[in-house]
Amino acid sequence: MTPTPSSTASSPSATGVFDDVVRSESSLRRFLHGLPGVDQVGCEARAAGLATRSIKTTSKAYAIDLAIRMVDLTTLEGQDTHGKVRALASKAMRPDPADPTCPATAAVCVYPDMVATAKQTLGESGVHVAAVATAFPSGRAAMDIKLADTRDAVEAGADEIDMVIDRGAFLSGRYLDVYEEIAQVKEACGDAHLKVIFETGELQTYDNVRRASWLAMMAGGHFIKTSTGKVQPAATLPVTLIMLEAVRDFREQTGQMVGVKPAGGIKTTKDAIKYLVMVNEICGDDWLDPDWFRFGASTLLNDLLMQRTKMTTGRYSGPDYFTLD
Amino acid sequence: MAFEYAPAPESRAIVDIKPSYGLFINGEFVDGTGTSFKTVNPANEEVLAEVAEASDADVDEAVKAARRAYTRVWSRMSGAERAKYLYRIARIIQERGRELAVLESIDNGKPIKESRDVDVPIVAAHFFYYAGWADKLQYSGYGSTPLGVAGQVIPWNFPLLMLAWKIAPALACGNTVVLKPAETTPLTALLFAEICQQADLPPGVVNIVTGAGDTGRAIVSHPDVDKVAFTGSTEVGKAIARTVAGTDKKVTLELGGKAANIVFDDAPIDQAVEGIVDGIFFNQGHVCCAGSRLLVQESVADEVLERLKRRMSTLRMGDPLDKNTDVGAINSGEQLMRIRELSQVGDAEGAERWEVACDLPTKGFWFPPTIFTGVSQAHRIAREEIFGPVLSVLTFRTPSEAIEKANNTPFGLSAGVWTDKGSRILSMANRLRAGVVWANTFNKFDPTSPFGGYKESGYGREGGRHGLEGYLKGADS
Repeated sequence: MTPTPSSTASSPSATGVFDDVVRSESSLRRFLHGLPGVDQVGCEARAAGLATRSIKTTSKAYAIDLAIRMVDLTTLEGQDTHGKVRALASKAMRPDPADPTCPATAAVCVYPDMVATAKQTLGESGVHVAAVATAFPSGRAAMDIKLADTRDAVEAGADEIDMVIDRGAFLSGRYLDVYEEIAQVKEACGDAHLKVIFETGELQTYDNVRRASWLAMMAGGHFIKTSTGKVQPAATLPVTLIMLEAVRDFREQTGQMVGVKPAGGIKTTKDAIKYLVMVNEICGDDWLDPDWFRFGASTLLNDLLMQRTKMTTGRYSGPDYFTLD
Repeated sequence: MAFEYAPAPESRAIVDIKPSYGLFINGEFVDGTGTSFKTVNPANEEVLAEVAEASDADVDEAVKAARRAYTRVWSRMSGAERAKYLYRIARIIQERGRELAVLESIDNGKPIKESRDVDVPIVAAHFFYYAGWADKLQYSGYGSTPLGVAGQVIPWNFPLLMLAWKIAPALACGNTVVLKPAETTPLTALLFAEICQQADLPPGVVNIVTGAGDTGRAIVSHPDVDKVAFTGSTEVGKAIARTVAGTDKKVTLELGGKAANIVFDDAPIDQAVEGIVDGIFFNQGHVCCAGSRLLVQESVADEVLERLKRRMSTLRMGDPLDKNTDVGAINSGEQLMRIRELSQVGDAEGAERWEVACDLPTKGFWFPPTIFTGVSQAHRIAREEIFGPVLSVLTFRTPSEAIEKANNTPFGLSAGVWTDKGSRILSMANRLRAGVVWANTFNKFDPTSPFGGYKESGYGREGGRHGLEGYLKGADS
């Protein structure tokens, strides 16, 4: 295969460590395809093995509060209204009105046109506003539209931008296009943090997930995120395992930490704890913090609250005792 | 704040350990005529029970009971009828799975997560699998005529699983058995005897005699035993082979190993590290097919070792009954001595020792997961079976060198190959002189798959269709 030099000079890599890698389409492909392969059976067995950890009593209480602090409370529907977003933002600040010791969530996650509303309600509470941008969820739009979408959300006050990658470009091997896309969106983000959504349900293989992870980290993503929640399967334990290994190895090589956000399909406290165990045993303590690990979820929060109440009172109360939003 | 896992102990309330146990002969528990010995919990040295030591006379009674059951009942029963009993036993094992798992962990020291998720499910699977063969033996290729009375001696590393490997095919083929569990782990075999009663298995079809080496010798040398099956050390295996030489007894031996786990530079590294850990620290390394020699390609050796050490640091060692324990207790003080001794030889020979930093419990038998680097073929720790959580790391440069080193051992039980190249897996498997070759995995067991060794790792196969051969007279008879 003859290496084809890229027509335009690409953006330098975020850390400088990978400037040679991202110099051309062919050097980038060589690097990504040179990453160690993933054995599917072994990877899934490891994730299943970690999922058998038994987390009880004090460690469960710790995990539940941590998980609440890591939730990006999300609503991404065509039917979203300003009223709905205000209600969700209130819930994010005080998830359990009956218990002031219950921590707030990390962020609320909305479409760009809802950012101002969310920001208004959240004020200086410390709960961030995350906006999905770049023609979410499909990412099928021209680049200038994606960038405008991003700037719009940032101008409206978004603290975090959740972008989607062009899966079509990735699957056809145009890695440099994806790299450029991420780098440009990052620039458009300004001070806002960037989460890069892979839609792993469309990338399908663990090898692809590992490559996408490195691509996004080299392009400067602050977080790598599994899914939009609009495609099945969304987040899974083995996919998240591969991404956690990637951020762990990236720090080893560059000294720089990148966060991980599984999103979609995590509905129960039991599920959330499995993810936290995996973070703990793959990446270690440093990642057990809302700055470095998030859950993209909507229904998860109420299950966490129910379990939390059970831990403190010893009794289960019904779903009617927890607010819908 | 760190994410500490609170203790999550599995309850012992489900098991009922009696103060003393007799022998299971002819469907009943009887007092032996010999002395008795104590079995202890290796995690804390608590004495669990007094167990009868079967004398020559007791063994003779057991063999007579087995012979009677063979002649009058079991060999005359149709395969389909025998299968019903085996299916029943398999189902009871599943129903009483938690009880069996807890008891196994208490008596053996292995983590409950392994006895619960590996040992007991595979035990049940073995009985289900061989139950299926009982009425189809004419299609086995080995005929359908049983041998008679099988004398079986099993080790302490997988007490219940080795029992299943021995008893399930023997019974399916129409033989009756006298089985001796290891002296440090007799309790689950005695609980299995109760399960035989619960399943209404005809008296004498299964006899369990407890004891140590003398009891084993009495079984192996008994003139009315038609078949000897042994799993254990190569040393004892050789003694058994000498004992039965010149007799009509059929023998299968499953002995020691010093398996090479071979990691190529194109391997899926993270999964290979998991495979190395599973290969040598599973069951505290008390595994005859353990991947106790890591052969890693020089170009990735540093990376693999770094990742391996990091992974080993997350292994949780301690109370075998805690559901989060990964590495349990060494089975006996005697075995601990041997592991320590061979590790000291490793130090003395100049290999570099690295072990997981962890606090070991003050009571019980414990040895931390350990690796030796800078090991060469000439080191004793690269040649002798340590049978503990100790890995010897060697490097190679080319596939041919890997093969030469892997095969340069008197053993030949198992091997592992880690590479993303399918063609390399096949060529390596063809050239490795080992009974089992795992590709991109390690220590995986399934009743449908035959298991056994080359060279000093023994002869005969257990599991799968091949496992029937050791319990049938052959196609021509």
